[in-house]
Amino acid sequence: MSVPQSLHDYGSAGRAVVAGARRSLGVPSIVLGGSFLGFGALVHQAGLSVWHALFSTATGWALPGQIALVELYAVGASVLLIALAVGLTNARLLPMTVTLIPLLRAPSVPRWQYYLISHFIAVTGWVAAMRDCPAMKAEHRLPYYAGFAGVLWSISMVATWAGFALAGSVPAYVTLGLVFINPIYFMLVIAADVRARTRMLAAILGAIGGPAIYLIVPDWSLLLSGVIAGTLGYLIGKRGGTHE
Amino acid sequence: MSETVLSDATFWWPMLVIVVGAAATYIWRALGVSLSGRIDPEGALFQWAACIAYALLASLVARMILLPTGPLAQTPMIDRLVATTLALAVFFVSRRTMLLGIGVGAGVLVLATYARTVGV
Repeated sequence: MSVPQSLHDYGSAGRAVVAGARRSLGVPSIVLGGSFLGFGALVHQAGLSVWHALFSTATGWALPGQIALVELYAVGASVLLIALAVGLTNARLLPMTVTLIPLLRAPSVPRWQYYLISHFIAVTGWVAAMRDCPAMKAEHRLPYYAGFAGVLWSISMVATWAGFALAGSVPAYVTLGLVFINPIYFMLVIAADVRARTRMLAAILGAIGGPAIYLIVPDWSLLLSGVIAGTLGYLIGKRGGTHE
Repeated sequence: MSETVLSDATFWWPMLVIVVGAAATYIWRALGVSLSGRIDPEGALFQWAACIAYALLASLVARMILLPTGPLAQTPMIDRLVATTLALAVFFVSRRTMLLGIGVGAGVLVLATYARTVGV
């Protein structure tokens, strides 16, 4: 495989980590910080402890699933139902990981490192890495991503704690606004990112299909809508034009 | 004594639920890694998987905005729709300024909810 000379070289893996960490400061950190403030407050409202909030962010780190878990727990849902709901809510992580790992791949990286870094694959890092990593030297992509996601994860932890601590002293409508950041942010991520026809079609069909299928088969609607809309978007988009 | 048992249960039971939730989350990531070995970033499978990722994300967003559970379910649909539309409009008018779009979306919902609570 020929490597284009224009691939960015950070000099060392350590410098790539730092570059990724610096890149995550700013907008990604602020948005995720705000979102996890909302999560911390939500956990407080559900009557759980700060340790539950922190443990959830540390081990889950995929906000819509974490929110679904806390909401369902608060209304007394069974563990089985919660597991199913969280799993279905987070199904996007499979195609996201399938598409990100090949970009992070380098011959020198042992396989277990991909399983470790995959815990830190979530929307913000995925979008940034899908955009930025192809321009980097292969050996620097995984370290770059580790720096990027490591900072975001740490900020998520601090924000979760702060949100829990502040929950009692802010009005409920402010918490509501913080919880609303997550869907708005994801929507704008899609709006900003879909340049390719196939992906734009997939997103539009998914946005229609998600709620529509929910009215017929609530439990599996997300998965069905994702696979159907994604496949249709891919097929129709491919047929319609030469560019992606 | 029963109080101690209860407080232990109310601490450890949610912890166990969170572990189950974490497993239901990580399984997708692990499965993604194990399947990624065959994926060529230039290939058709990659493009298809990316489309499904976007479709899943968009489905989730639509469901969270149109059919929310938890505290957001208490807000009227029209408030959420107006907040969402304004967020999108401001985002594009401001040449894709993420923070502005999010600030408007969340801010409008907060103001609308506040206005309703004080009875404007």
